[in-house]
Amino acid sequence: MQMRSLIDISELTTKEIEELIGVANDIIASPQKYSKKCSGKKLATLFFEPSTRTRLSFEAAMLELGGSVLGFSEAQSSSASKGESVADTSKVISCYADIIAMRHPKEGAPLVAARNASIPVINAGDGGHCHPTQTLADLLTIYREKGGFDNLTVGFCGDLKFGRTVHSLISALIRYKGVKFVLISPNELKLPGYVKDKLDNAGIEYTETDSLENSIADLDILYMTRVQKERFFNEEDYLRLRDTYILTPEKMALAGEKLRVLHPLPRVNEISVAVDDDPRACYFKQVLYGKYMRMALILKLLEVK
Amino acid sequence: MNIDSIKNGIVIDHITAGKGMEIYRLLGLETLDCSVALIKNVVSKKSGKKDIIKIDSDFDVDTDILGFVDHDVTVNIIKDGKIAEKKTIELPNELTNVLKCKNPRCITSTEQELPHIFRLTDKEHRVYRCIYCETKAK
Repeated sequence: MQMRSLIDISELTTKEIEELIGVANDIIASPQKYSKKCSGKKLATLFFEPSTRTRLSFEAAMLELGGSVLGFSEAQSSSASKGESVADTSKVISCYADIIAMRHPKEGAPLVAARNASIPVINAGDGGHCHPTQTLADLLTIYREKGGFDNLTVGFCGDLKFGRTVHSLISALIRYKGVKFVLISPNELKLPGYVKDKLDNAGIEYTETDSLENSIADLDILYMTRVQKERFFNEEDYLRLRDTYILTPEKMALAGEKLRVLHPLPRVNEISVAVDDDPRACYFKQVLYGKYMRMALILKLLEVK
Repeated sequence: MNIDSIKNGIVIDHITAGKGMEIYRLLGLETLDCSVALIKNVVSKKSGKKDIIKIDSDFDVDTDILGFVDHDVTVNIIKDGKIAEKKTIELPNELTNVLKCKNPRCITSTEQELPHIFRLTDKEHRVYRCIYCETKAK
């Protein structure tokens, strides 16, 4: 039997997202209530490309629920290095674990896993495509900082082409009333057509610009992204675009008090360390919230009450 | 030019002129043992010119392929020399192994045995996207 998985954030209804936020808030309020909920359950973290923080977040989430974890953190230490297909790997792991969190450099690999596994599969990032649990972390952060999602003006800055966290968060936010987007990127890293199609189909207002300074004052949320080296086939393009946008205290001075700055982390240099102490900087809280949302998601997919 | 009418088989009519060969290949008609006629540039009252394919056997036509390539075609099932059924063709919701995903980052680029599946995401503009990576079909 195919179990419920999470591959793309759009698979969750608005109600389900609200339920997950509700459970995460309850975990934050009373963590001890949840400390044995997944006792006897195993999470397999199948990371075909390195991502220490996402993997550790999943592992911490399962451990805090009283479950245990197994898995690998790079393709070289898995059967993929012997040429095993994603479909076969997921069938095999279904015999060992109760739920899978998969990161893979190829887009669509977690969907292939979900179509073949007999246990739930969570997409922990597939190439430049989707990263739904980061989106859940982003949504909880926005919810706790802003009290909801309606009528927010959200700026996305940096790599909007390969930034899967951007694509997933946009897909989640387009369902809320009065949300507007400001897309700030160099020409080479603009939002892909398929995401713009979603905006157009949902009738969402958005503007595209290459200036962070000119748009920061209008924003409720500024979502910064890193230009990721691993998404480029060519080093020259990466080096040219890496330093396009750097958020500094000077730029923060142009923004209002209402602004909240998010970043999926890790950062390289796109947010100056001097911004970290600004009360509007929320990216470290976001990491913590990510763990709580992953806990809520694991409970949901394992149907643990 | 005369092509004999068929007794039991299929006639794919009203193919947009020039698309007959593509349909012939995608349906795999070259593998059939029966008589198959591809007639190009037939005079048509409706569109000026059209292509027609006649298959002289009970062949199970993949209407998804027809719908994707040319959804204006009509498929006539011939029984005992008469039209027994006319099939209307609609744009298919999903296409399997008709299109190939060209995205080098897609899982289908490395796992050769995976079916290439595309889903209709925008009916009005006939946009199909790979189910794995959401790349638009060209």
